[in-house]
Order: sequence, then C-alpha cells, then structure tokens
Amino acid sequence: MTFIGNKSDLKVVGTRPVRPDGVDKVTGRATFGADYTMPGMLMGRVKRSPHAHARIVSIDASKALALPGVKGVVTAADFPDIPSEEAFVGEGPMNFRDLSLNCIARGKVLYEGHAVAAVCAISDEVAAAACDLIDVTYEVLPHVIDVEAAMAPDAPLLHADMFTANVTPKPEKPSNIAKKVHFTVGDVAAGFAQADVIVEGHYSTQPVHQAYIEPHACIASAGADGQCHIISSSQGHFMIRAYVAKLLGMEMSNLKVTPAEIGGGFGGKTVVYLEPLALAMARKTGRPVKMVMTREDVFRATGPTSGAVIDVKLGATKDGIITAAQAVLKYQAGAFAGSPVQPGCMCAFAMYDLKNVDVVGYDVVSNRPKVAAYRAPGAPIASFAAESAVDDLARKLGMDPIALREKNAAKAGTKTAYGVTFAEIGYEQVLAAAKNHPHWKAPLGPNQGRGIATGFWFNIGGESSASVFINEDGSVNVVSGSPDIGGSRASMAMMAAEVLGIPVEHVRPIVADTASIGFTHVTGGSRVTYATGMATVQAAENVIEQLKTRAAMIWDIPPEAVEWKDGQAVPAGANAGGFDPLPLAAIALKAAKTGGPIGAEVSLNAQGAGPGFGAHICDVEVDKETGHVTVLRYTAVQDVGRAIHPSYVEGQIQGGAVQGIGWALNEEYVYNTKGLMDNAGFLDYRVPVASDLPMIEAVMVEVPNPRHPFGVRGVGEVPIVPPMAAVANAIRGALGIRMHALPMSPPKLRAAVDSGVG
Amino acid sequence: MSKIHVTTTVNGEPAEFLCQPGNSLLDALRDDLNLTGSKEGCSSGDCGACSVIVDGRLVCSCLMLAVEAEGKSITTIEGIANGDVLHPLQRKFLEHAALQCGFCTPGFLVAAKALLDHNPDPTETEARYWLAGNLCRCTGYDKIIRAVLDAAAEMRAGAPAGE
Repeated sequence: MTFIGNKSDLKVVGTRPVRPDGVDKVTGRATFGADYTMPGMLMGRVKRSPHAHARIVSIDASKALALPGVKGVVTAADFPDIPSEEAFVGEGPMNFRDLSLNCIARGKVLYEGHAVAAVCAISDEVAAAACDLIDVTYEVLPHVIDVEAAMAPDAPLLHADMFTANVTPKPEKPSNIAKKVHFTVGDVAAGFAQADVIVEGHYSTQPVHQAYIEPHACIASAGADGQCHIISSSQGHFMIRAYVAKLLGMEMSNLKVTPAEIGGGFGGKTVVYLEPLALAMARKTGRPVKMVMTREDVFRATGPTSGAVIDVKLGATKDGIITAAQAVLKYQAGAFAGSPVQPGCMCAFAMYDLKNVDVVGYDVVSNRPKVAAYRAPGAPIASFAAESAVDDLARKLGMDPIALREKNAAKAGTKTAYGVTFAEIGYEQVLAAAKNHPHWKAPLGPNQGRGIATGFWFNIGGESSASVFINEDGSVNVVSGSPDIGGSRASMAMMAAEVLGIPVEHVRPIVADTASIGFTHVTGGSRVTYATGMATVQAAENVIEQLKTRAAMIWDIPPEAVEWKDGQAVPAGANAGGFDPLPLAAIALKAAKTGGPIGAEVSLNAQGAGPGFGAHICDVEVDKETGHVTVLRYTAVQDVGRAIHPSYVEGQIQGGAVQGIGWALNEEYVYNTKGLMDNAGFLDYRVPVASDLPMIEAVMVEVPNPRHPFGVRGVGEVPIVPPMAAVANAIRGALGIRMHALPMSPPKLRAAVDSGVG
Repeated sequence: MSKIHVTTTVNGEPAEFLCQPGNSLLDALRDDLNLTGSKEGCSSGDCGACSVIVDGRLVCSCLMLAVEAEGKSITTIEGIANGDVLHPLQRKFLEHAALQCGFCTPGFLVAAKALLDHNPDPTETEARYWLAGNLCRCTGYDKIIRAVLDAAAEMRAGAPAGE
C-alpha cells in the first residue's frame, strides 16, 4: 500500500502531536543509562593509559585487590584473544579483534585513555581509589598524532601487521595506512584540459567529538546459570548484544540487552566501551556492576570523528560546466583502522552530474582514540573542502554560486562516481528553494558575508523489526527494536495510527529489549523512520487484514467483502450486506471468539533508502580585531522526502546545522607534544551555546521517496554536511580570505587578517 | 570516614540524607534521595544538566557540596510540575518539540524556571545568555528558546492583575 500520492488525505502524518515519551522527559521520570540500579550492585571504574603509545610490561593489581571493598579486577587476560574478523554490526565496518583491543589493551596501549584494566568495588569512591592502586609498568614508545606524519615511511608504527589494503602489489612493509580507496569515472586529465578555469585548495579539519551530553553508562548482571543482562544507553541494543557476546565468547541467547533512554549519540554510541568490562566483572564477582564514564573519559577514550587533510581541484568551462573534479582525502582513523574515508570519497562530489571524477582516500591510524561514527560519517569533512572549492570556482567564473550548482546539479539518472545511479532526488528543488528564499537576497552590512554550501548523504535502510498489537479494548501497542534518540516513538505511533485510521493517542509505542522483538540494526544512518517505519507500516497493514477477517466472521460474509475505512470495518459494497461499521474496539472486544489475539510482527531488510540533499545559507560578521565570527542568520533547506512529524524533522535540521557551526568555528582536539589531549572537557572543548547562535530556519522541501509508503527519506545526517563550507564561504565573503583549516577560530582568523592568507 | 547527616528541604518536602564530605549535592540527590531527574553530564559545571534552584538561586548541583544543602530549600526537576499538572515551561517544551534525546531537558527547565522567576519578560537575547550555561547537543537551541519565550508570554498573560 502506498500513501504518497494523496498528502491531503493524511490525518496523522504531517501533524505535530506531543511525543508519547515527552512527559517523562520533561518531568525527570525518564530513565537513562546512569539512572538504573540493581540490588547488590557494585561500581566499576577503568584504569586508563597515561601514554600515547607504550608497551605494557606488567600489570600488578594486588594492592588494589587488597583494598577493603574491592571485589574484582579484569585485564585483557580475562578476555578471549579473538582473531581478526570483520563485523557489520554498528554503523560502518568494525573488526572484532580491533574492538576487543580497543575495549581493553593487550600488550600495547595505543592512545592516551586506552583502557588497561577495570576494577569493581562496593562504591564509586573505593573503585576510584583502587584504580590508582593498580600498578602498570609501561615502556613508552614513540608516538604519532598527525595524519600526514603517520603516513611518512619512518613514522612510529602502531600495528606490525598493517599492510595497506586495496593497493597492488601488496606492500612489502607494514605502515599506518590501513586502506586506500579509489573512485574514478571518465578521465580527469582530459577534463582539466577542457577547462577554462581551474581552482585548487589544500584543506585540513580537526577531529570533533559527537559531544552527546550523556556520558556512556551501563549496568550488567550475570546469573550463576550463565544468563546475563545488560541495561545500557546506546544507539542499538542488538549491537551491544552482538559485540559483547563476541568479545566475551557467549551465545547471544544468554545475553539480554535492555535499552535505556539514550542521552544523545550522533553515531558515537554505535560501539561498546564499558559493557564488555562491566559484564566480565559481573560474571567474575556474581554481582551486578554499574559503570559510568566521566566527561574526561568520554573525550579521551571514545571516538570522535576523523581529522583530515584534503587536496581538491576543480575545472570548469567559462560558462560554468564542471569538466573535472579531483580530490585526495587523508583521514585519521585513530588507533585502529576504520575512518569514514570511504563515505567521504562517495559524498564529496555527489551533488553534481560529472563526467570526470577521481577521488582517492587513505585510512590512516595514529595514536588517537579510535574514531566512531558521527552524523553522516566522513561526508562533512569532504564537503568542507569540495564546497569551498565550488565557491572559489563560482567567484573565479563570476557566477552566482547557486547558478553554478544548478548548472551541474545531480538529478534522476545521474550516475555517481561510486557507481550508484540516482532515482528520484530533490537536489534541484533544494537549490530552487534556497534561491527563492528571502535570506538569499537580504542586504548585508560592513564586515558581513554570506555563504552557501550544499551537502549529500545517501541514507540507509537495513534490518528492522516492529510489531503491532491490538489490545482487548481496541488500543494499540507498537513495539520496535530501535532506540528512540530523538522522537522515533512518535513517528512509529503516527505511521501506525495513519494506517489503522485511528487517533495517535490510542497508539502506545515502546522500544523492546533484545529478547522481546526481532533483530533491529542500530539507530543510525538516518534509517529508523525509513526502515523501522516500513516494518511498522507493514505490521499495521497485516493487522488490518486480520481485522477485516474478524469482521467478516462476525458478519458471516467473505473477508473480501470487508473494507477498512477510517478505523472501522465496513461492508465493501451493497452486495456485501447492510451492516453498521465495526470500529476497531468492537472487533478487539470479540477477538477471543474470532480466533484469538490480533497482532503482527514484521522483520525486514529495507532497501531503497532515498538519498538526501541540503543547502545551507549562512550570514556572518567578522570582528577583525578579535577574529571572532558571529553567525547572524542561518537558513537550512533540505529535501526530507515526507516529514512524518515536521517539528522533529526541523529539529534534526537545526541540531545538525548547529553541530556543523561548532565544527566550523570552535571545536577541535588539542594535543601536546607528548601526544596527550589538552582540552578534555566542555570548558576547553567548546560546543556552541545558546548565546552563540541565532534562530536556525529549517526549510523542508518534500520530494517523496517512492520506495517508502509515506515517501520518507532519512533526515538526521544531511544537515551536518553543508555547514562548515557555508560558514567558510560566508567568511570568504566578509573578509575576502579563503580559510582552509578548521576550526576557523579567533586565533586563525586573526592570523589570516594579518597575513591576508587563510 | 564517618558520614555527615544533612537536613534540608527538597521540592517543598523535608528531606535528610547521609553523605561523605566530598559528595556533591548532585550525588546526594541522585544516589541518596533517588531523584535521578537531575543529570550528570560533566561534573565540572560546564553543561548545566544538573541545574537545581537553591534558595531561589540557580546552581549546578555538581559544583555544590551535599553538606551545603543543610537548612536550604532545593527545587529539582521533580518539583517543577504541580502534581500531574505540568508547569507552563514543561508544556511549552512538549508543544514546541524543544527536546530530542531529553537528557539536557531537566536542566534547561530548571534554568528556564529560574530565569522566569527573575525576569518574567525576557528578550530572546536575555534568554539565550541566561541559558548559555546549559548545553544541548540535539536541538541547536532554536525550539528551546521559542518554548521559553512562549511560556513566559503565556504566564504573563495568565498572571492575575496586580501581580
């Protein structure tokens, strides 16, 4: 069934009801990871490396274990030494061995903050004191932090068995370059030969943290019969189950994971850090173990996204046809392979219909925390460089930057450099909406500038499960396996209510644990409203078929003579009989007499997620004396397919834009010469605060995705892709200087004003 | 080390707890009084998720020692609503979708209540600066600021004449 063609017929989808979990979240009743307790619970702490790179000579926990109240210590020796094996459990590939080594170091520590041991005790105070008493002897090794330094032939080597993948012949010597990625279409040399105008730039970005406000937290318990339970705050409890079971050598059915409310993730909670340690200690001591990270731990030991160095080159004819696009992207992976360089390569030029493209990417390890997914992983970094270069190209051509983009815009039928041919996409509609927005033509004052940049994210579908149950009184429960990170309970309830034809207030959505609903992939990749939504819609449709059958039994007519309309069974026509409509509640009341409980579960692997495009317009004012940049006005246009709950779609757009503004202007990891992070706290790692910002105008363009019953496209990730270049292009407008390095913080702006070079 | 007995008032009710000298008020609220609505995001006073009102003053409960609560009157997120009737700020947060994950929300609501207690008619700029001590990573603050200003307007309109 499809509902795309008749938006005006929709009664629930597109409205703005109060979210079903809202009251709990404004009254303090909602329980997040750290809010749970269990009887007999111990508190766990992690002993972390003070060095960027060192060999672990010995770990002596005897003094810690002698401290009264200490119940147990675990080190790598307590975990199976598992072999290298690729996993596709979180957002992006992960090697189980790397994950195990990242959770607890074996032989070497690879970054400051790397876990070397964990301890549990009767209180957090005792656990902290015990941590200090664990004696670790290190042999400090040379370290490397910067990506290009890590690629040098004589760089300190993190992994003796790392030979660059995807190059022929296979390298004879190991290096810190885990992988090379290469996408090519046409002939860029020929394309540049056709160009009248060429622009080039060398760009750099710094790692930035997702900076969810809730630190990682979990509680684990283990029964003597081997049955284990974890409650944790994550973007996917099935992901927690898969990782922990593998790392601890358990059968999955012996581990139940219950999702706590999650206090932000943005990709950063698609991996495990504490859960394997907490469960290992729970098994060892026979008592539940709770672990909560400090903010400092979150910064030092969990994954930010990559910093990168990017070279980009574009060529165009004088009438603005881009003839060639070339980029080399070098992404920091942190201590283990797995930066998002591949999606970065895919997204860099995906907004454009290009004949000649060549993109090369390198995945490079260094002595930093292993990167984790962060909202459109890889794409914002590539787009900062690519969309800055497109802006330079427009200036050099003397063209309006929107007109240049329109001239080269990807559309249905455009084949991307990574091989996919776009179906229905909304990039041209997004550009048109930006061009026609009053913001684009509004006057600017002195020292002010306006920038525009666009962005792309492919969005994903994937495996999801959802069930719909009709209760005896006709109310409805919708159960899914997707943690609700920002309103997905609301969208599931709304889609189910729309299909069933009942008010959304009668639908109660819940997120079930791993033992109570079918497998569901993480809340990430902008997939939940799309894929879990599709499962919910199909389950509701299945339930309608059952309701029609039950009505047919009550009326004693064939099921095909019954229609479902506005939440009621009605006779399909005059021939079916003159029965009064049977509302859902009336059918539910008689369920026992017509075949038993009514409900359906659907598990699917959703294909056909619709790609998303956005265009952001940013006005800034630069204070040349201080180098401070004020964002004066910000408009974010995005093709959202179809907004189920428009307020939460706007919220995704606004939130993503502001994270991007932070990335553009303030946020960075600062390392000292010892390879230690100098700004592991919110005072020195400065995320945007309310007084830094104007209102963020979200403009929703709706080009429905034909593969989803309501036309949904993922919306959560696209909005973080354009901001860095939008801000940089605005600064270029205000100062006349192209800034090449993020963040564009006051010291960098001041230096640029003085030297005239950014 | 022996624990210290503290007698205080929380959300209008008498409360007492035992704490270590080094415990924060946030520890006491969450661990001893089971008021887990106040959240710990940083323990350094930078994120505001633990905001409470102490004798009319907005504080980060992670920066106040539990023993300092002796004889004070503390309002937490659990005390903002009047029974099952939500405070206008809570209602406006829901109507404006001013929350996504909801983790920073208790702190924002407490801080916003303190703002409106001080200044029933804040400008957008005043609201933004007052709430600059509360971090939200999900919303970009737009809908939060709108909800606060809308709640303020509704409370002003609803206030009996002469108040």
